[in-house]
Amino acid sequence: MTAYDRVRTARSTSRPTAQDYIAGMFSSFIELHGDRRYRDDEAIIGGLAYLKGKPVTVIGIEKGHNTIERMRRSFGAPEPEGYRKALRLMKQAEKFHRPVVLFVDTSGAFCGIGAEERGQGQAIAENLMEMMGLRTPEISIFIGEGGSGGALALAVSDRVWMLENAVYSVISPEGCASILYKDAAEAPKAAESLRLTAADAYALGIAERVISEDGLGTPDFYSKLRDEVAEEIGILEKTEDLIERRYQRFRAFGRYDEEIK
Amino acid sequence: MSILKFLYKPQNELEKEGRNAEPPAGETEYTCPNCHRTLVESVLEAQNWVCICGHHFRIGARKRISMMTDEGSFEELFSTIVTDDPLAFPGYQKKLTKAREQSGENESVITGTAMIGGIKTALFVMSPFFMMGSMGSATGEKITRIFEYAAEHSLPVVGWTVSGGARMQEGLLSLMQMAKTSGAVLRHSQKGLLYITVLTDPTTGGVTASFAMEGDIIVAEPGATVGFAGRRVVEQTTMESLPRDFQTSEFILEHGFADIIVQRSNEKKLLSSLLAFHGGNHDSL
Repeated sequence: MTAYDRVRTARSTSRPTAQDYIAGMFSSFIELHGDRRYRDDEAIIGGLAYLKGKPVTVIGIEKGHNTIERMRRSFGAPEPEGYRKALRLMKQAEKFHRPVVLFVDTSGAFCGIGAEERGQGQAIAENLMEMMGLRTPEISIFIGEGGSGGALALAVSDRVWMLENAVYSVISPEGCASILYKDAAEAPKAAESLRLTAADAYALGIAERVISEDGLGTPDFYSKLRDEVAEEIGILEKTEDLIERRYQRFRAFGRYDEEIK
Repeated sequence: MSILKFLYKPQNELEKEGRNAEPPAGETEYTCPNCHRTLVESVLEAQNWVCICGHHFRIGARKRISMMTDEGSFEELFSTIVTDDPLAFPGYQKKLTKAREQSGENESVITGTAMIGGIKTALFVMSPFFMMGSMGSATGEKITRIFEYAAEHSLPVVGWTVSGGARMQEGLLSLMQMAKTSGAVLRHSQKGLLYITVLTDPTTGGVTASFAMEGDIIVAEPGATVGFAGRRVVEQTTMESLPRDFQTSEFILEHGFADIIVQRSNEKKLLSSLLAFHGGNHDSL
C-alpha cells in the first residue's frame, strides 16, 4: 500500500467512527455536552463511561455515519467550542481522578469565519498547554485521519496509538502538493514525502503502538483493544512522574544539528 | 484601511521569500504596500520602518532586537542549533540554502537575553525573511530552550512572533514543536514568571495555535495578519466574502484574543512598563 492509499483508507466513510469505538469498548456511556462558553460542537463527543468496570472520561472527534449526521458534525472538523468542550471534560477527569481516552479522526480543525472569530488558534494552543500539565493519564488513539494542529489538540498524551491505516500529518497531502508542485493532483507524491503513515509515526517515536486492523469493527477487535487500553492505563496510573515523562516525551521530538563552537 | 491594502494579498506566505529578501545596505527605495508611497531606507530607518500612512513594514530579527532592547545588552544563546533536513524532503536543502543567504541567519528564530528598559529578560525573535518564519525542529528547540533557560534563571520572556506556521518540509516533527514549546511555556508559567508575546505580521498557523496565543499578555503591532487558517483557505472553503479587517490585529483585539495594540514607536516603552509591573529580574534591581 502506498502512503496515499493509506490516506484514502483513513478517510473512507465505511470505517468505524469514534461512536463505534465508544459503543464497542466501553459501557454505560453518558454523553456530556457543551463548552460552557458558547455552544455544543457536535464534531467532538465526550462523556463518562466504564472501561472494564473502571470509570473513565472518553472524548472523540466524530465524523458521523450518514450525510445528515456528517453535516451536523461538520465532517469531524471541530470549531473552537469543540476543543474547549474537550478541555472542560479533561479538567473534569483530572478533578475526579479519571483517566482520559481520546479518539482522533479529523481532516483538521474547522476552517471558517466564525472559527477564526472565536479563536481557533487560541483554543488549540490552550489545549496543548493544558494537556501537557493534566494530572491524570491520557491515551490518544488515531482511528482515521490525524489532520495537523486540529488532531494534536487532542493528542498531547502519555501514549499515542495509531490504527495501521490511520495517518497523522502536518498538512494534507493535497495542501502540500498545491504549495510544492502547484498541483493538488500530485498529492500521492506529497504523501510519500510527508511520512504520514502509522508506520512512519512509529519510526519517528511519535506513536508508541500501531494497531492491527484485522477484524476492524468486530466485537473481537474492540474487546482486544479494550484490554490493551485498560492494561496501559494500569501502567500509567502507577507511574510516579507521569507529567515529567509526558514533558520529556514531547521534549525529545525534533531533529537538528548542534555545532560545537 | 484603504482598498489597496485590502486587495494586496500575497499568493502564498511560504513561497514569497524572494520578494521579501532583506535588501542590501545603502539607499534602497521601498514602496509601501498600503499607500504605495516610495520611501528611502534612511527615512524608514528613522521611523522604525513604519510608513507615514501607519503601515508597519516587516523587519528582520536583528533589526527588531536593536530597536527593542537596550543598546549593547543582547547576548545570543543557542545560535548553534540548526535544522538538518530530517526527512530528506524534496527541495528542502535548496530552500534552506536560499533562506540562509537571504536572511543571513541560520534559522527562523533568534534567542537570547537582553535588557529592556533596564530589566533583564529572555527573548525570542522570529524572522519573516527565513522561510516566512516557519517552525521546524530547530525553531522549536531554540524556543523551548529559551523558556527552560528563563525558568532556570527566573527571567521573564518576551517573544516576537512571525510565522507562516509549521514547516511542512519536516512533517510531523515540526507539528510536534507546537506541543513541545507549549510544554516549555507551561513550565515557565508555573514558576510564576511573565511571558509577553508580541504578534507581528504575519502570525498564522501552528505558531498562532501554540506559543503565540499562550502569553500572559498578548501585544500586537497594528495591521498585522493574525489567524489560524490562511485567509485564502478560508475564502475558498467558505465561498463567502470575508470581513475587510478579517484576521488583523484589530480584528483579534475586537474578538478578545489580544490585550493591546501598540505602535512600533511606543513598543519598547510599553514592554518596559509591563516588565516593570512584574518586578523584572531582581538581579538587575
